Amino acid sequence: MTSLDSSVEYGDVRELRGPLLVVRGVRGVGWDEFVRVRLDSGELRHGLVLEVDRDLAVVQVLEGTEGMDPGGTWLRFAGEPLRVPVGLGWLGRVCNGRGEPVDGGPPIPGVTTAAVAGQPLNPMLREPPADPVLTGVSAIDALTTLVRGQKLPIFSVPGLPSLELAAQVAAQATVGAAAFSVVFAAMGITHADAATLRDVLEERSAAGELVLLLNTADEPVVERILTPRIALTVAEHLAFGSGRHVLVVMADMTSYAEALREVSAARGEIPARRAYPGYLYSDLASLYERCGRIRGHAGSVTVLPVLTMPAGDITHPVPDLTGYITEGQVVLSAQLHARGIYPPVDTLASLSRLMRRGAGAGRTRADHLDLAAQLLAALDRARQVRELADLVGTAALSQTDRAFLAFEETFERVLVHQRRDEARPLEETLDRAWQAAAVLPRRELTMLSAELLDRHYAPAHAAAAAERRG
Amino acid sequence: MTGRLVRVVGPLVEVDGLSGATMFEVVDLGPDGIPGEVVAIRGGTATVQAYEYTGGLRPGDAAVGRGHPLSARLGPGLLGGVFDGLLRPLAGAPVRLAAGAVRESGPPGSWPLTPCVEVGALVEPGDLLATVTTAGPLAHRVLVPPGVRGRVAAVAPAGPCAGDAVVAQVGGVAVPLTTTWPIRRPRPSAERLDAAQALRTGQRVLDLLFPVARGSTAAVPGGFGTGKTVLLQQLAKWCDADVIVYVGCGERGNEMADVVADLQELEDPRTGGRLTDRTVIVANTSDMPMMAREASIYAGATVAEYFRDMGYDVVVIADSTSRWAEALREFASRTGALPAEEGFPADLASAIAAFYERAGRVRTLGGREGSVTVVGAVSPPGGDLAEPVTAQTQRFVRCVWTLDRDLAYARHYPAVSWSGSFSRDAERLGSWHARQGDPAWARRRAEIGDLLAEADRLSALAELVGAGALPGRERMVLLAGRLLRESVLQQSALSATDATCDPAKAAALADAVLAVADRCQQLVDAGVPAAMVEETDFTPLVRAREEVGPDDAAGVRAHLETMLARLTELLP
Ligand SMILES: Nc1ncnc2c1ncn2[C@@H]1O[C@H](COP(=O)(O)OP(=O)(O)O)[C@@H](O)[C@H]1O
Ligand SMILES: [Mg+2]
Repeated sequence: MTSLDSSVEYGDVRELRGPLLVVRGVRGVGWDEFVRVRLDSGELRHGLVLEVDRDLAVVQVLEGTEGMDPGGTWLRFAGEPLRVPVGLGWLGRVCNGRGEPVDGGPPIPGVTTAAVAGQPLNPMLREPPADPVLTGVSAIDALTTLVRGQKLPIFSVPGLPSLELAAQVAAQATVGAAAFSVVFAAMGITHADAATLRDVLEERSAAGELVLLLNTADEPVVERILTPRIALTVAEHLAFGSGRHVLVVMADMTSYAEALREVSAARGEIPARRAYPGYLYSDLASLYERCGRIRGHAGSVTVLPVLTMPAGDITHPVPDLTGYITEGQVVLSAQLHARGIYPPVDTLASLSRLMRRGAGAGRTRADHLDLAAQLLAALDRARQVRELADLVGTAALSQTDRAFLAFEETFERVLVHQRRDEARPLEETLDRAWQAAAVLPRRELTMLSAELLDRHYAPAHAAAAAERRG
Repeated sequence: MTGRLVRVVGPLVEVDGLSGATMFEVVDLGPDGIPGEVVAIRGGTATVQAYEYTGGLRPGDAAVGRGHPLSARLGPGLLGGVFDGLLRPLAGAPVRLAAGAVRESGPPGSWPLTPCVEVGALVEPGDLLATVTTAGPLAHRVLVPPGVRGRVAAVAPAGPCAGDAVVAQVGGVAVPLTTTWPIRRPRPSAERLDAAQALRTGQRVLDLLFPVARGSTAAVPGGFGTGKTVLLQQLAKWCDADVIVYVGCGERGNEMADVVADLQELEDPRTGGRLTDRTVIVANTSDMPMMAREASIYAGATVAEYFRDMGYDVVVIADSTSRWAEALREFASRTGALPAEEGFPADLASAIAAFYERAGRVRTLGGREGSVTVVGAVSPPGGDLAEPVTAQTQRFVRCVWTLDRDLAYARHYPAVSWSGSFSRDAERLGSWHARQGDPAWARRRAEIGDLLAEADRLSALAELVGAGALPGRERMVLLAGRLLRESVLQQSALSATDATCDPAKAAALADAVLAVADRCQQLVDAGVPAAMVEETDFTPLVRAREEVGPDDAAGVRAHLETMLARLTELLP
C-alpha cells in the first residue's frame, strides 16, 4: 500500500451531527486514524476515524463540532492512529485532557512517541502482581491492600469524599525504596476540585513524581475519551521504559463513560443497558487492563479508577462493568460518611482480589491476611447483630452479640477513621486492627491460630486504647 | 482470489470482489493478513468479522480467502500450552500483541512416537494408529480421522516424529500428527452414553449437594466478586478429569497469568505429574480482540472433543460465557441485525444451546468411552439473574451453581447458594455413589439440604422476633445450620489443607456436623439451656476442615470425638 500523503486536505464535509463529522471524497484513509481539523477561523481541532466506507469517512471530533460549518472545515488525515510523546519529560507537568501543557511550561519533549490506544499484553508474559503499594490509608492497607500491577476502583456516591480519598492516596502512596510516580487523570471535575487537587498534589508534583491531566467539567466532553488513554500511555512508558512503579488515578470514570455514550448515541448505535453502548465492557477493559507487570521488566502500572454510582446504584452499568473488569473495589458508604468516618469505606462491600498475593509474610506482615479475614468475618456478624438490635433492642442481645457491636464501633473509630493528611505507617495500621479484634472474646476469633492469638491478642490493652481514643 | 476492502467499522469489514467466497471461510485482510471470517454474503459484497484490531485498514486493501473455515490445529503440542482465541500459540509471541503478531503455529516440535498398527491393516475412523509421549503422563493417541478408512499403506517408524509429519497413509489419505478441525463443527462420535458417573470436583458444596456427572453441563452465574473465577480455577486444579481445557474468555490478564503460574507449580494428586501437563489454556483476555472471544469458546470445545476421542474425560471451563455472548451482540449490532432482548441477537438461545450440546459422555468412533463436561461462568449485568444470557443458559444446563452476593460479602466461600442452585444429575448419581461404596450419600445430601432449608426458614423468623424468643429445639437447628455452613460448606481456595477435599473427608465432615447437631438437640431435650449450648466453643468442629489434610477422614472423626466430649460436659 502506498503511504498516505498527509498534506492532502479534504473539505467536502457532508454532515455535522453531535460530535461527528462525515467527509466525502477521501482516499486511502484507514480506520481509527488520527485527524487534524482546521476551521476557517484558524482554530485547530482533532478527531478520530470511526468508520471508512469507500470514499466516505466518519470522524469523531474531540473538541466537539460546536461553531463548525461544513463549508469552512478542512481535514488532514495523519495516516496512523494518534501518538503522544512519552518519557520522563512528563514528570512534574500539568496538562489538559488532550495532553497539552497548561502550566506555562514548554511542550512535552517528543523524542519517543507511542500510540495512545495501547496494545494487548500477551497474558503469558504478564508477571502476577505480588507486592503492595502502601497508601497510608488504614482501611485500604489493612483490608483491601492495593497491589502493584492491580486495578482497584473506588466506587462512590455523589457527595462523598472520593476525590479527596483518591488525592490522598495519590499524594502519600509509596512502594518502599523503589522509584514511584503518579499519573492523575481528572475528567469532568469542577474548577474548585481541580484547584484542591493541584494543592494536595503540589508536593509530589514539585518532587517530579507526578503527571496531572485535567479535563474540567466545562471542557469538551468527547476529549475525555482521550484523557485516560494518554495517562496510561505515559504511565506504561514510565513503568516499562524507565522501571518505575506507576499509580494511575482516573477520576471520574462515570464522566468518561458519558462521553462514550454521547458518541455512540450520535452514531445511532443500538444501545445496551441504560443507553450505554454494548461495547462499554470492552472499552473499559481496554483501559483498565493496561495495568500490570511484565516479565523481565522492573516497573509496574497500578490503576485506581474513581467513579460515582448514579443514585448510589452499584448495578448501574459503569460500576457494574468496572467491577467485572477490575480486581476488586473500594466502596464508599453514605452511612459511614454521615457518622463522620473518613474515609467512609464500606469494608464488607470492598474487596482487593490480589491482596492474598500482595500481603502477608514477606510482603506486609505475617499476621496480616488471617487478621483481615477475621475482621471481615466479625464485621459481618456485627452487621447481622445490628440489624437484629434495630428490631429487638440492644437489651435483648446476648453478651456475645453486644461484644460484636462494640467491636464494630472500635473498628470504625480506631482503625478506619483517620485524618485527610495522615499517612499511617503499616505497623500502626495492623496494630490498630488487633486493638479492634481484641474487643471480642477470644473464642469468637476462630479464624486466627492459637499462635497468632498468643502473640497479638491483648484485650485489656485494647480496652484502654479504645478508652484513650474515645 | 483477491478481493478489495470497501468499508471498515471496527471489527466489521466489507469486501468486494471476493468471488467464490463461502460462508465462514477465513479471509486474510490487509497488509498484515489479519484473519477474519465471512459471516454474510450479499450481492458481490462479503461481510467479514475480523479477529484482530483493524486500525489502519482502508478501502482498497486486499482480502484473500483461505478456502477453508476457521479451524483449530490439533496435535501433541496442546497440553501444557497457552493459546489465543483462535488457538494460536502465545508462547513465542511478543509482549505486545499488535495485529498480525501471533503466528498460526509455534516452532515445529518433535515427539517420540510408537506406531500401533501394521502396514496392511484395515482401519476405521477412530482406530488407533500410534501413540506419542508428550509432557505429561497422558498417552497421546493418534487416531484415524473421521471420514477416513481403508488399508494402512505406510506407517511412521518408532522414534521422534515432527509435529507436521505424516504418521500413516490410510486409504490413500495422509494422516499427519497435527490435524485440523473446523471449530464450529462438533466432532462426531458413535453414540451418547447414558449411565451417570460423578465428576469429583474436590469442592464439598458441589460434591455433597450439587454434583455434576461426567459429560454433563454446569453454569456458574454470579455478580462480580462472588467467586466464579476462583471456583472454576479450583475445578481446573482439583477435579478428577484427565484433561482440562480452560478458556479465559474476555476476562483478566492477571488471572490468566495467575492460573498458568499456579498450574505449573501444583502437583497432580492423581498422577504425580504437574497439573499444567493435563491442561490446555485458551486465553482471550478482555484487552485482546473482542471478536476472538466468540471463536475461543468453539476452539475450546473442539480441543476437548479431540481428547475425548482419545478416550479421556475432559472438562471445558469457560470464564465467562457472557463475554462470548456480548461479542455475538456486538457484531450483530454492527451488521444491523434486528436486536431481540437487551440488544442480543435473536439466535442467542440457540447459540448457547449449541455450545452446551457439545458436552456429553460418548462411545467414540474408535469404541472408547470419553466425555466432555462443560462448565461455564455467567456474568449477569447488575447481578440480575433474569437477564437474557443467564436466563437462557439455565434452560440448557443440567447443573446451576448460583453464587450469592450476600454469601460472598460475608466471605462465605465458595459462595454457592444452597437455595438457588440445582443439579439434575443428583438423583442418578445417588445410585452411582451407592455402587461406589457410599450408600449413605443420597441420605446425607437430603439431610444437609433439609437442615439448611429449615435453618434458613428459622433465621428469617429469628430476624423478626430475635433468636432468644425461639424454642430450644429451633435454636439448635439454627446452630446446626451455622455449623454446617462454617464446618462443611465453606472451603477456602487459599488453604494449604482444604483447597480440595476427597469424598471421604467431605462425608466425614458432613456426618460430624450432623452428629453434633443431634447431640445438641439431645442436650436441650435433657434440660441444658440453649444459650449454654450456643456459647460452647465449637472450634474443634469448625477448624477440623483446616486442620486435617484433604484426605484425612480419620482426623475429622478425632475432632468430632473431642467436640462430642466437650458437649457431654454440659450435662448437669
Ligand atoms: N473459594 C474461595 N476461597 C477463598 N477466597 C475466595 C473463594 N472464592 C472467591 N474468593 C475471594 O473472592 C474474590 C473474588 O472471586 P472471583 O472468583 O475473582 O470472583 P468473580 O470471578 O465472580 O468476579 C477472590 O479474589 C477471593 O478473594
Ligand atoms: Mg471472574
